[in-house]
Amino acid sequence: MAREFDGPMIRVVDLVTHYGERLILNHVNLEIQAGETMVILGGSGTGKSTLLRHMIRLERPTSGHIYLKTHDVCCMPEERFNLLRRKIGMLFQSAALFNSMTIEDNVALPLRELTQLEESTIRIMTRIKLELVGLSGVEQYMPSELSGGMKKRAGLARALAMDPEILLFDEPSAGLDPITAAGIDSLILKLKQAFRMTVVVVTHEMASAFTIADRIAMMRAGEVVAVGTPQEIRASTHPLVQQFLNRTPQDEKKDAQAYLRSLTESNY
Amino acid sequence: MTGVLAFIGRQTLGLLRYASGLYDLTAKTAYWTFVAPFKGRGLKWGSAIHQMVVAGFNALPIVSLISFFVGMVLAFQGAYQLEKFGAGYFVAALVGVSMTRELGPLITAIVVAGRSGSSFAAEIGTMKVSEEIDALEAMGLNSVKYLVVPKYLAMLLMMPCLTLISDLSGILGGTVFGIYQLDQTFSMYVLATRDALVMRDISTGLVKSLVFGVIITKVGCYEGFAVSGGAEGVGRSTTSSVVVSIFLVILADLFFTALFYYTS
Repeated sequence: MAREFDGPMIRVVDLVTHYGERLILNHVNLEIQAGETMVILGGSGTGKSTLLRHMIRLERPTSGHIYLKTHDVCCMPEERFNLLRRKIGMLFQSAALFNSMTIEDNVALPLRELTQLEESTIRIMTRIKLELVGLSGVEQYMPSELSGGMKKRAGLARALAMDPEILLFDEPSAGLDPITAAGIDSLILKLKQAFRMTVVVVTHEMASAFTIADRIAMMRAGEVVAVGTPQEIRASTHPLVQQFLNRTPQDEKKDAQAYLRSLTESNY
Repeated sequence: MTGVLAFIGRQTLGLLRYASGLYDLTAKTAYWTFVAPFKGRGLKWGSAIHQMVVAGFNALPIVSLISFFVGMVLAFQGAYQLEKFGAGYFVAALVGVSMTRELGPLITAIVVAGRSGSSFAAEIGTMKVSEEIDALEAMGLNSVKYLVVPKYLAMLLMMPCLTLISDLSGILGGTVFGIYQLDQTFSMYVLATRDALVMRDISTGLVKSLVFGVIITKVGCYEGFAVSGGAEGVGRSTTSSVVVSIFLVILADLFFTALFYYTS
């Protein structure tokens, strides 16, 4: 990647995606600057995880583009994109540790496979990464022997192994108790300050979003409805934003006729 | 009526999609096995050897035991007819030729499909469900290279070996019958087998076993990658990997047997 480039680190342009017939992302536009922490906030099924998966090309869009600096993610040949992927770390929702390997081997895998480093160096780097996320002494454990929070930390250590410029988090606090979740949040803040990485976090936890975000993008039904700093989002008058902030449930009011029809008609 | 047509259409489309998926995986695996290593992309020999032990060496006892029994059964059934003509001597030929040309490769394939094909599907399917495949791809590591190629290499090397062992065990099973029932000596039986067999019998069997190995690996891995929907999906794919690979093995067997028949 060219160092002198000073445009947005990640630029999503008019992204449209379908799963089968279902529209998941509807003309999404988003710019994420270098060094900033962007939190993508939204309810379940709004397409926020799908958007994140597009950034590392685990999904292909129907149309539209994603640019990492100047590289078009969607149209790069596999080989070249894999070089780019080395500079992106991703923490999956379930941590996605390789269950057949020890924690140490998990963290060391990208270093062993993608670099020519000596085994002794790799071991030291692995220890450093595990130390960084507060997990020393569990090198020889298998992933199944760790708690959910520890797995997340180990997954983060693996994502950090290649010293990425961009770090992607898919629901980092999902399934964790509030204390552990807050621990992950402060870890993200610490990393952000220490390494000046560009961080993209997908979450539905508002407390977490307002703690770590430089900017927040709110999503609903495959669309980005508001983007702004935490203060701007808090002050926003957008009905959905207010609904989300105030935790108002979705209106269930239905037209009586339409309801009757939906019960009696078969739609397949 | 339109319902029936739609059903047939959907099934056909599903079949075509399956075939093209299988073809796609085959092409990718062939690239990562036979082309990429010569471009300096490396091969995972460590895990290939691990797979050879798991899928090949560990299958030895069960493959040889089953083949031994099948050889013996074949001798019984053969003798039942041949002894009517006083041709008990030809039991050795019957067992030898059937085992090497047909039953050795087939039994090996069926046992390996049940042992290893299903485990390939379960392993890759579980990794798919727990996002491990995504994690590999996200690191820039190719999942075909890391997961399929070692299994493919192991099967390419191990299937012919297992088949040879199976051939031998079957013949041994026939020998036991020959010694106790037909009053032949060990060396008589072995000589009779040797007289009956030609190199082509063994080599066509080995060619078949290679093809069967490819089918089992491809179907197992493809089913693994096709898993969706959690634990239930893994179970479904595991089952269908065995069913589909045995079906395709028999189909390929028919094709190659006919081919060898007409070209001999």
